[in-house]
Amino acid sequence: MKTKKTILVLVPLLILGTILFNCSQSKETASFSDAAEKVYVAPGKLDEFYAFFSGGFNGQLSVYGLPSGRLFKSISVFSQNPETGYGYSEETKAMLNTSYGFIPWDDAHHPKLSQTNGVPDGRWIFINANNTPRVARIDLRTFETAEIIEIPNSAGNHGSPFLTENTEYVVASTRFSVPVPNKDVAISSYKENFKGTLSFIKVDQNTGRMDLAFQILVPGFNYDLAHAGKGPSHGWAFFTSYNSEQANELLEINASKNDKDFIAAVNWKEAEKYISQGKAKWIDAEYYHNVFDEEKLHAYSEKKSKVLVLNSKECPGIIYYLPTPKSPHGVDVDPSGEYIVAGGKLATVIPVHSFTKMLKAIENKDFIGEVDGIPILRYESVIAGEVENPGLGPLHTEFDGKGYAYTSAFVSSEIVKWKLGTWEVVDRIPTYYSIGHLMIPGGDSKKPWGKYVVALNKITKDRYLPTGPEICQAAQLIDISGDKMKLLLDFPTVGEPHYAQAIPADILIKNNKKFYELEKNKNPYKTNGEKEAKVIRNGNEVHVYMTTTRTHFKPDNIEGIKVGDKVYFHITNLEQDWDIPHGFAVKGLNNSELLIMPGQTKTILWVPQKAGIYPFYCTDFCSALHQEMQGYIRVSTQNSNVKLSYN
Amino acid sequence: MKKIILVLSFSFLLWSCGGNESNIDPEKEKLAIKYGLTPFEYENGVGPIKQKLNIPSEIDRIKAESGKKIFEEKCTQCHKLDERYTGPALRDVTKRRTPEYIMNMILNPQGMTQKHPEAKKLLSEYALQMTFQNVSQEDARNILEYLRSESK
Repeated sequence: MKTKKTILVLVPLLILGTILFNCSQSKETASFSDAAEKVYVAPGKLDEFYAFFSGGFNGQLSVYGLPSGRLFKSISVFSQNPETGYGYSEETKAMLNTSYGFIPWDDAHHPKLSQTNGVPDGRWIFINANNTPRVARIDLRTFETAEIIEIPNSAGNHGSPFLTENTEYVVASTRFSVPVPNKDVAISSYKENFKGTLSFIKVDQNTGRMDLAFQILVPGFNYDLAHAGKGPSHGWAFFTSYNSEQANELLEINASKNDKDFIAAVNWKEAEKYISQGKAKWIDAEYYHNVFDEEKLHAYSEKKSKVLVLNSKECPGIIYYLPTPKSPHGVDVDPSGEYIVAGGKLATVIPVHSFTKMLKAIENKDFIGEVDGIPILRYESVIAGEVENPGLGPLHTEFDGKGYAYTSAFVSSEIVKWKLGTWEVVDRIPTYYSIGHLMIPGGDSKKPWGKYVVALNKITKDRYLPTGPEICQAAQLIDISGDKMKLLLDFPTVGEPHYAQAIPADILIKNNKKFYELEKNKNPYKTNGEKEAKVIRNGNEVHVYMTTTRTHFKPDNIEGIKVGDKVYFHITNLEQDWDIPHGFAVKGLNNSELLIMPGQTKTILWVPQKAGIYPFYCTDFCSALHQEMQGYIRVSTQNSNVKLSYN
Repeated sequence: MKKIILVLSFSFLLWSCGGNESNIDPEKEKLAIKYGLTPFEYENGVGPIKQKLNIPSEIDRIKAESGKKIFEEKCTQCHKLDERYTGPALRDVTKRRTPEYIMNMILNPQGMTQKHPEAKKLLSEYALQMTFQNVSQEDARNILEYLRSESK
């Protein structure tokens, strides 16, 4: 059986291979047939890993299978999606509320799977919004956004959402320091007025519910990325910072002057102690917390007005600076929790700090100075080793659990594999092109699953069929099961695949929700069966309580609607089986369509502008009689006396 | 091969203990074999109900009431009692089918339209696959009681 399959795959590939052989096959690529077999998921078979790729500037999170690279779903998070009604429907609009009003988009960078004992557990995945600082939580039973919390006193929420080893906290840091609280000052007063904040969001272990527990006020640098400690370093979190020069113009020159910037090592357990001693102050801060209520299937916003702030100046022992060359970007903690690896963007080496040495240096007060009361540790006393010749522009590191680290190098466009402890480079592979993050399944956890590394590239140029000036972004799947890395597959991605995380499929499949149970749907606008379908007028508001089933709407003829009415269609899908959504659209609906999953209720608002007949129909092909799934609405002038009626 | 043996031995098991049919109508037996079903399945449908149920002739009002509620929330979008809708009218369904058949149709509609000749026929007539509406066996029993109570 297997040999037959192999032959089937092999023969055409061999022919192709022979033809292509002269077209310079680089030695890093696995042989065509070998690569094809490794990534081929036969029809009806399932992928081994779920992979979650951020969409960068598209504000969403996409779900892929590995090793096939097939796209399954784009999860709406920070951007409205007119395909499903996310951010348009009455049930989901509140998800996008912020203290700056309703914001229909953002720039989402770092998906992070929740962890238990330092291992991804498949409960939730978090992702950050950079532009208007927020953190979202996605429920991995439904693959839907469950919650979004805004982060006050922050700007450029890039160092986010990195989490502690039992998901006690999700941390977030400010890439752009700003006045705290924000105020109207001269930009040139940067050094005096601008501050950074490191935010700690507490996560309820049963519900996943987030709560901004506290913020730490820190000197006004650019806090770029973070990772929490694990094992022996559990209780600490590490944040990279650049622009220790505190420049506020032409940063590419002015923020690149110092040979070393800092990794801030934050002892959050110590911070908790200070808080319990009453050291923290409540300050006024307006921010929104939006939660999608699981029972009501409806999102609600809460406006918050205060946040607890610790000033690092007044809390000795909660932060130490590790000098790190140069303008470091990523900071990654190895599976053992001992090594803190920095991606020194402009450095010629990869500096690796030792947690044990750091503790010793702190104990010995081995300081070379301080910034605003935060001690700076001596570089030579905390460094475990430096990886020489790591490629140009090293950014991020992940681990395979077998003693090796893999670092992306942006400028030289490659992945460099090196050994923990000896710091020697053992292998390198080019990436196409300009790799940013890289991802190994579980590669930031205590127990990486290894097997693959995925390169997340910024540029694709000539790798695919061109599509005008705007071309797709790309990921590359690389086999790391042997000594040599081997390129297996290129696949295009939605938006910018900024970062990704992956988890074995079995962990998620067992909790997968197939539909919403009608009995548990407590949406305030639910219709319990067809006999409750109705249309109610309330002044100029009209509420249509409608049901869908294959293959009709109830009601499907409505008269007595008037121009300018606010018509709310509350649609309940009565199906109770997997994969039977229905769609809803009405001619001239200047909002979005709806996709209603089995057992779900969704509401869309329509304000008709002109008298006439308006057909509506199901947009999601549902059955043999899908074309019959339609209805008519009669809209009359404002002063007409057509009676409200429906059937 | 293994599968066939399994199925065969399983059907043998069903045969020997399935249903309390003391004297099987040989006509029906032939038909059942023709469709790859056991005589019990041919008579009572394919699904979780694998033997005759003990149903008193008296209607259980509490069960029927509960069945009515479920029926109205989950079934009336396709089935009316007295008119052909997207699914067949059900006023007299308890006269047409055995109680076990009705419950199997409620609990295993997809399996029924794949395996049972009667359900297959209805699928081709209505062109709509009946769905499992996420009801428990007890719910199905209550729906059955409601349908019995509405039968003329």
